[in-house]
Amino acid sequence: MSPRDRARAPLLAAIPAALFVYFLTLVPTISDGSTVEGSVEWIPLLDVALSFRIDGLSLIFGLLITGVGALVVVYASAYLDRDVPRARFFSFLLLFMGSMLGLVLADDLIALFVFWELTSITSFALIGFEHRKVSARDAARQALLVTGAGGLALLAGLVLLAVVSDTTTLSGLAAPGAIEATDRLVVAAFLLVALGALTKSAQMPFHFWLPGAMAAPTPVSAYLHSATMVKAGVYLLARLQPALGEVELWTPLLATAGGVTMVLAVVLALRESDLKRVLAYSTISALGTLVFLIGLGEPAALKAAMVFLVAHALYKAALFMVAGAVDHETGTRDVTSLGGLRTVMPLTAAAAALAALSKAGLPPALGFLGKETVFAATVEGETAVLLSAAFLVTAILTFALAALTGLRPFTGALKPTPRAAHEAPASLWAPPLVLAVLGVVAGIAGPWLAGPLFEPAVSASVGGAASVKLSFWPGVGSVLWLSVAAIGLGAVASVEVERLRRVASGVPLTPASDVYERSLDGVNALARLQTRRLQNGHLSRYVAIVVLTVVALTAVQLIVRDAAVWPDGWNDVRLIELAVGALVLGAGFAAAIARSRLRAVLALGAAGYGVALLFVLFGAPDLAMTQVLVETLTVILVVAVFRHLPVTAPRTSSGSRVRHAVLASAVGLMMTALTWSVLAARGDRELSEFFLEASRPLAEGRNVVNTILVDFRALDTLGEIAVLAIAAIGVIALLRLRPHGDEVNS
Amino acid sequence: MNSIVLQAATRFLITLLLLFAVFLLIRGHNEPGGGFIAGLVVASAIALYALTCGMSAARTLMPLDPTILLGTGLAVALVSAVPGIIESGAPLDGVWGEVPLPGDRGVKLGSPLLFDLGVFFTVVGSAVTVLLSLSEEA
Repeated sequence: MSPRDRARAPLLAAIPAALFVYFLTLVPTISDGSTVEGSVEWIPLLDVALSFRIDGLSLIFGLLITGVGALVVVYASAYLDRDVPRARFFSFLLLFMGSMLGLVLADDLIALFVFWELTSITSFALIGFEHRKVSARDAARQALLVTGAGGLALLAGLVLLAVVSDTTTLSGLAAPGAIEATDRLVVAAFLLVALGALTKSAQMPFHFWLPGAMAAPTPVSAYLHSATMVKAGVYLLARLQPALGEVELWTPLLATAGGVTMVLAVVLALRESDLKRVLAYSTISALGTLVFLIGLGEPAALKAAMVFLVAHALYKAALFMVAGAVDHETGTRDVTSLGGLRTVMPLTAAAAALAALSKAGLPPALGFLGKETVFAATVEGETAVLLSAAFLVTAILTFALAALTGLRPFTGALKPTPRAAHEAPASLWAPPLVLAVLGVVAGIAGPWLAGPLFEPAVSASVGGAASVKLSFWPGVGSVLWLSVAAIGLGAVASVEVERLRRVASGVPLTPASDVYERSLDGVNALARLQTRRLQNGHLSRYVAIVVLTVVALTAVQLIVRDAAVWPDGWNDVRLIELAVGALVLGAGFAAAIARSRLRAVLALGAAGYGVALLFVLFGAPDLAMTQVLVETLTVILVVAVFRHLPVTAPRTSSGSRVRHAVLASAVGLMMTALTWSVLAARGDRELSEFFLEASRPLAEGRNVVNTILVDFRALDTLGEIAVLAIAAIGVIALLRLRPHGDEVNS
Repeated sequence: MNSIVLQAATRFLITLLLLFAVFLLIRGHNEPGGGFIAGLVVASAIALYALTCGMSAARTLMPLDPTILLGTGLAVALVSAVPGIIESGAPLDGVWGEVPLPGDRGVKLGSPLLFDLGVFFTVVGSAVTVLLSLSEEA
C-alpha cells in the first residue's frame, strides 16, 4: 500500500456520494407523491424483470445507504492497516453497497430476492475478511447460515405470494385486493417471509449471529451491521405491510418478536464490555423496536419506525466509527479500561457525545423525536400499558448504554491504554462527527423534514396517503410523562450503570448460539454417519446401493400405479428366440457361479452376444452391430483392468455371491417388468410410425436409428458423447491419482 | 501375443477395418452404420492391433493423441450445430446441400454428417484413451 494508494482510496467515496446527491434531487419528486420507475427485461418467460421503483420508503433507505456509504469509505481508507488487501476490501464493500441499493429499489420479487442474497454473501465475505482468524471464519459462516436459511424461507414465501396474487412485483402485491389475508397460502407465505426478515434483522432467537459479526473490520460493522444490511428485514416488512398487514398473525408475531428482542437485547448489551459488542446488542434492540413498530402496523407506529430508523442509523454508525477510532488509537475497545480520552481525542469525543445525545433520546437530536413518536404509538389501544412499559424499559436502559459507550471512555481521569492515545486522523473523526452532527441537525429540522422525507416513506408502508407531523412538544399527556420518566430514570441508570451491569450479568439467559452450535454438530455427525454407511470406499457397495435404489423406486411406482402387466402373444414366440433366450440366461448363470474372473467376464460377453443375436432376429442391425462391438471392447477393457488386480482370485463368500446374484436378478426382473409395461402402455405405435415416416422427408435419411441419433435427437447424442469424453478423462485422472508403490499395500 | 500369423493377419486386417469404418460412417444415414458404430469398429481394430503388436506400436499407429481426438470430436459435433442456428435459428437442425458432380450427378452433404463425424471421433478417442491408459499404467 503506497502512500499514493492511501490518498486515492477516499476517491472511491465519490461513487456513493454522487448517488447520494442523485437521491437528494429526487426528494421533491417523491414528496409530490410520484414514483421513479425503470425496468429491464430479464426472464420474460417467468415474468421476472429487473424492475426498480423509487418511492418514499426506497428513497429514505437509498439516502442512508449512499450517505453512510460515502462516509464509511472515507473512514475505512484510514482505518485499514497498511498490509490489508484494500482492493479486496473495497470491492466487497462497494459490491455490498450495490446489492443493498438493488434490494431497496427493486420492485420485482425475484430481483429483490437476488439482491437480498447478494447482501448475505457480501456480508459473509466482509465478516470473514480477516480469514486467517478462526473466529472470523466461524462468525462469517454463522452469519451466512442463519441469514441464508432465512433467505431460503423468504424465497419460498415470495414465490407463494407471486402464485396466489398472480403478480411478481411489490407494487402489484400492495395494490388493494391483490392478496386475500385469510387465504391459508397467504398466511404460510407471511410466516416464511417473516422468517427471512427476522433472521436478517437479527431478531431473537436468531440474533446471535450479529454479535459474532463484530469480527468484521469496524467500518463493516458501522455500515452493514448497524446502518444498512440488518435493516433489510425491517425494510421488507415495512414494504409488505400494505399487502400482508391484514394477516391475523401479523401483529401478534412481529410485535411480540420485536418487543421481546428490544427489551432482552438491551439487557444483554449491559453484560458486555467490548464497545463493539455493546453496540451490537444495542443494535439488535433497536432493530427489535423497528420490527415491533411495524408489527403494530398503525400509521402512528409506522411513522415512529421511519423516524427511529433514520435516527438510529445516524447515531449507531457514528458510535461504531468512534469505537473503531478509539480502538485504532488506544489499542483497546474494553469500556472498563477506557476513560478521560476527551483531552487527547477531543474531536472524536465530540462526535461520540453528539451521537450519544441522539441515542439517549435527548432533545434536540433526532433520537428524541424518534423516542417521542414511539411513545405516541404505544400509548394507543388495549395493550397500551404493556407496550409503553416495554419501550420505557428499553429507553431507560438505552440511555444508560448511550452514556456507557458515548461518554464513559472520554470522561473522568485518563486511563493508561496499550497504545499512548492521541487524536485520530481527520478521516477517522470526521465521518462520525458528520453523522452525529447530522443526527442533531435532522432533529432540529425534524418538523420541516417530516413533510418531504418522512411522509412519503410512511405513506408507502401504510399503503395509502399519510400525514406526518413532528414536533418537540407532545402536549401535556401520557407521552410527555413517559418521555420525562425515560430521561429521568435514564439519567439515574447511567450513573448507576455498574450496578445495572452486575444485575444484567446475573440474568439467566441461555445463549441461542448454543442451539446453533449443537445443530451444526448434529449436521456434521449425520454427514459422517451417512458417509461411513453409504460411501465406505468399496465399489461393490456403491453399485449395490445405486442398483437397489433404482429397483426399489421403480418397483414402488410399478406397484402403486398398477402398471405391471403380463404380456400376451406367447404363441408367436419362435423356437430360435427361445433358444437364444436360454443361451443368454445360461451365460448369466455361468457368470454368477464362475470361480475365476476371466470365466465370469467371458460368460458376460456370451450373454451380450446373445442379446445381439436377439437384435438381429428382431430386425435391428444397427443395435446388433453396436452391441457386438461394445461387448467385444468391454471384454478387452476388463481384461486390461485385470492386469491391475491381484493375481489371486477374489475371496467372495458364498453368502455374498448369493446376495449379488439376488441383486442382479432383481435388476433383471425389474427391467423386464418395466419393458413389458412400457410396451403395453404404448399400444399404439404412434412414435415409431412418426419416425418411420418423417425420417426421409425431415432428416434426409433412410436409416431411422441414425436419423434419430444425429438429427431428431441430436442434442441427446451431443450430451451422450460429452459424457463419454468425461468418462475417458475420468479414467485418466483415476489412474494418474492412484497411489503408487508401497502405498498400494498400506 | 507372439503369433506371427496373427500379427501378419492384423497388419492386413487393420487396413480393411479402417476402410470398413469409413464405409459405415458415410453410408450410416441410409443403411445400417453411422458414426457411433464406425467409431467402435476403429476402436476394436486398434484394440486388436494393441493385443497382437503391443501397446507402444498401437500408440504410434494413432496419428494423434487419443485425448486430442476426443476433444476434436466434441468440437466438430458442436460446430455442426452452427449451420442450423444460421439457417433456422435452431441449433443442430439439419442443413443439407447438394454438391454437383460431373455427369448430371450430385452428392448430398449435410450438417448431420458433420455431427456424425464428431460422434465418430469422440467414440474413437474415448475408447482408445481408456484402452491405452488401462494397459500402459502397470
